[in-house]
Amino acid sequence: MTARIGVVTFPGSLDDRDALRAAGAAGAEPVPLWHGDHDLRGVDAVVLPGGFSYGDYLRAGAIASFSPIMAEVVAAAGKGLPVLGICNGFQVLCESGLLPGALIRNAGLHFVCRDQRLRVESADTAWTSEYAAGAEIVVPVKNGEGRYVADDATLDELEAAGRVAFRYVGGNPNGALRDIAGVRNEAGNVVGLMPHPEHAIDPLTGPSADGLGIFTSVLKQLTAA
Amino acid sequence: MSEQPYAELGLKDDEYERICAILGRRPSDTELAMYSVMWSEHCSYKSSKVHLRQFGEKAPDTDILLVGMGENAGVVDVGDGLAVTFKVESHNHPSYVEPYQGAATGVGGIVRDILTMGARPIAVMDSLRFGEIDQPDTRRLVGGVVAGVGGYGNCLGLPNIGGEVVFDPTYAGNPLVNALCLGVMRHEQIQLARAEGVGNKVVLLGAKTGRDGIGGVSVLASATFNEEGGPSKRPSVQVGDPFTEKVVIECCLELFDRGLVTGIQDLGGAGLSCATSETASHGGSGMRVELDLVPLREPSMTPVEVITSESQERMLAIVRPDDVEEVLALCARWGVLATVIGEVTETGRLEIRWHGEVVVDVPPASLADEGPIYERPFARPDDQDALQADGPEKLVRPRTGGELADTLLRLAGSPNLASRRWVTEQYDRYVLGGTVLAMPHDSGVVRLVDDSDRGVALALDGNGRYARLDPYAGAQLALAEAYRNVSVSGARPLAVTNCLNFGSPEDPAVMWQFAEATRGLADGCQELGVPVTGGNVSFYNQTGATAIHPTPVVGVLGVIEDVNRRVPSGFTRAGDVVILLGETYDEVGGSEWAWVVHGHLGGMPPQPRLAAERALSETLQAAAAEDLLTSAHDLSDGGLGQALVEAALLNGIGATVTLAADPFVALFSETAARAVVTCADADVDRLLELVAERDLVVTRLGRTGGDALDVTGQFTAPLAQLREAHEATLPRHLA
Repeated sequence: MTARIGVVTFPGSLDDRDALRAAGAAGAEPVPLWHGDHDLRGVDAVVLPGGFSYGDYLRAGAIASFSPIMAEVVAAAGKGLPVLGICNGFQVLCESGLLPGALIRNAGLHFVCRDQRLRVESADTAWTSEYAAGAEIVVPVKNGEGRYVADDATLDELEAAGRVAFRYVGGNPNGALRDIAGVRNEAGNVVGLMPHPEHAIDPLTGPSADGLGIFTSVLKQLTAA
Repeated sequence: MSEQPYAELGLKDDEYERICAILGRRPSDTELAMYSVMWSEHCSYKSSKVHLRQFGEKAPDTDILLVGMGENAGVVDVGDGLAVTFKVESHNHPSYVEPYQGAATGVGGIVRDILTMGARPIAVMDSLRFGEIDQPDTRRLVGGVVAGVGGYGNCLGLPNIGGEVVFDPTYAGNPLVNALCLGVMRHEQIQLARAEGVGNKVVLLGAKTGRDGIGGVSVLASATFNEEGGPSKRPSVQVGDPFTEKVVIECCLELFDRGLVTGIQDLGGAGLSCATSETASHGGSGMRVELDLVPLREPSMTPVEVITSESQERMLAIVRPDDVEEVLALCARWGVLATVIGEVTETGRLEIRWHGEVVVDVPPASLADEGPIYERPFARPDDQDALQADGPEKLVRPRTGGELADTLLRLAGSPNLASRRWVTEQYDRYVLGGTVLAMPHDSGVVRLVDDSDRGVALALDGNGRYARLDPYAGAQLALAEAYRNVSVSGARPLAVTNCLNFGSPEDPAVMWQFAEATRGLADGCQELGVPVTGGNVSFYNQTGATAIHPTPVVGVLGVIEDVNRRVPSGFTRAGDVVILLGETYDEVGGSEWAWVVHGHLGGMPPQPRLAAERALSETLQAAAAEDLLTSAHDLSDGGLGQALVEAALLNGIGATVTLAADPFVALFSETAARAVVTCADADVDRLLELVAERDLVVTRLGRTGGDALDVTGQFTAPLAQLREAHEATLPRHLA
């Protein structure tokens, strides 16, 4: 029995098929989920993919956080369901209150797409257990509103609790505070990051296969349990 | 009776008389508006048609075309039951008036053309031309256009896999924005823009109709800018909403999958005028439309405004009555507005009513297919002989090693050869997960579907300076470069699309350039065995009396059976042998060297050598199929020197090379039909066998490795210094 990883499609989701592909490549059964349903279809983990959900009108991720499926995701996350937000999905998690902070317009004001080095700062989450703490990986980053911000107290708390999941190294693409690329919740089942591990599962189509570990991490935990 | 305002709508006296003759009466206001947009240069190709026919007449024998010219885009069989469709289109005039929206809707428009064929759009490319990089208006235009291309394409989730950015004073008053889209489908999924089946319903999908883009194809795209013409034409530019387009795409693909539409057409230039008349004409049917059922953003719109609006993100579907309910439900699930606005009739007339009153009653073919055709007079420009006589022979050439090194460095940082990273970083190249190669590689390569290793390669190239010196040769050189760029990746070139950017067709000198360029391109396609599948003509690219350089931009599509065998453009490891394929002549007319160092444009461009291009392409394909090459990079603007710089900088691996007798010619000549390749020592003999089979000239240049470009006996250029020069230029001027 393998685990079933659901990927939510919001109107305007773009990397949903890529996330499904990555889940499959890791050995999981990929399950498409629909924004308008109050139904997680019994999946064992959920990915909120990249894109521009609802056109990112109002604020990136703001409208999606009120979609029917998110009510289910928030409730299930509270009971320990592993949830990963990538790029727009990270924005949705912040808007939903599952993760602290916010993502605002890049410091350079432009959309930036580049191969980015990251350090895995927290290897004891549902989504990072296959990495060694401190490991460096290369995955694409691509966004216009990826600058992670929070007040100093929140940032200090995240640092102290080891809740910074990923940090940019070798250059910060968007001006994120303290070079933060991704954060986790206290329990470690919810992780959000701006870079795109689903685009780094095969060196043929990405800069590396370093991103696959995200998906094998959750799979290993689910199938072991 | 008062005179009708046909002249303000862009119609000539005789065109107006012809409309009256077709109808046997004065046209209504709405009819007049429809004829004015459908008979505009942009929609009717009235000045270009007689020349474009050559693409069909001279088409090489081929069985790869599933759909040829004349549809929204040609469809090419790429094997395994898969087909691709691709096309490039201009959005020059709107982009000058409003750079962000002009460029954004240029992308949106070409993507809908591809969707209309039944294909899932899977990649975009863009070819952009601006005035000199240090001119004050250039930064505004580049910033807006690049943000617009990116803003729309990124939000649609389409990887941008390549293209061009060129700076030249000729484009200062008229930038060029050409956008290309690629789509994939299975053979049986091809859709056509036909309204057939009496009683079938006409369903309008997507955005509401507003007062944007009215007259976009006529008063904007088919006229020359005057001195203050820019901002005052802003209401003729459409405004894009990529989010709506994204859901329209997904919704239409699901409609196609479920077999719910019998015909489909996008609404682009000329809006509903075009979509209704073309589908009815091509289906050999009549159509009745209740225009007041069209959902409007502004309820006060008149029928003329509704029928000519170019509001974006709309599609027209023909649906069997029994399927209407399912279509509307599916659209509702995607949040796409869908409205039945009419039906297919047996009358052979396009009849449009506004609150019950008939406002249009015309034969649809008279709008869509039977517009005026002009044999415009053309004449070789008065200055052409003097221009060609003013050759580069007199220009002072660098002689010493130091001078050669300085020239190499200067070219590497010149506006047209410097790194495009500042632009391409603003585009998503990873989305959809199929991108195998993207810029700065010579061509974009994408895997078509997950369960196959089959892919296609695409390149988009043009050179206005070459075409100015000799439009016939210039068009062939653009074709040859795109063909070569596809070939170096290991792909087999299959088919061609083109975007022909010229000045006013009413100027005989411009018309001569156009006639020569189309003849050159048609002859070139015939000789290379690659058919033209479709394209676009953009005339009136001029401000005042000065036309732009004639600028044919050519896209070539190739197929690669196994994307794992694709060949990258940059050196991949130290210790490989560096080999030059093809023969070098002393050809620097129209070159980057002549332009950058001497500000000179004159003489003759490099000679197109199409037989050699074909031999080079076949060699590269064979070598790639046998996995012999570790890299391959085409030689074009800037010659071998620039090619070595780019190949070295891509992965930070230098090379040591030894040059033939005249190092200047070796480094900076722009002779076509050449590529620099690398391979392991063990593979050299086999590569030379492949080369010998095709009579190709081959030169062993040296070996990769180190952190410099070392030209034996001449100079050593450290990569760090080259990188600094190459990377700094665009950010310095544009950021």
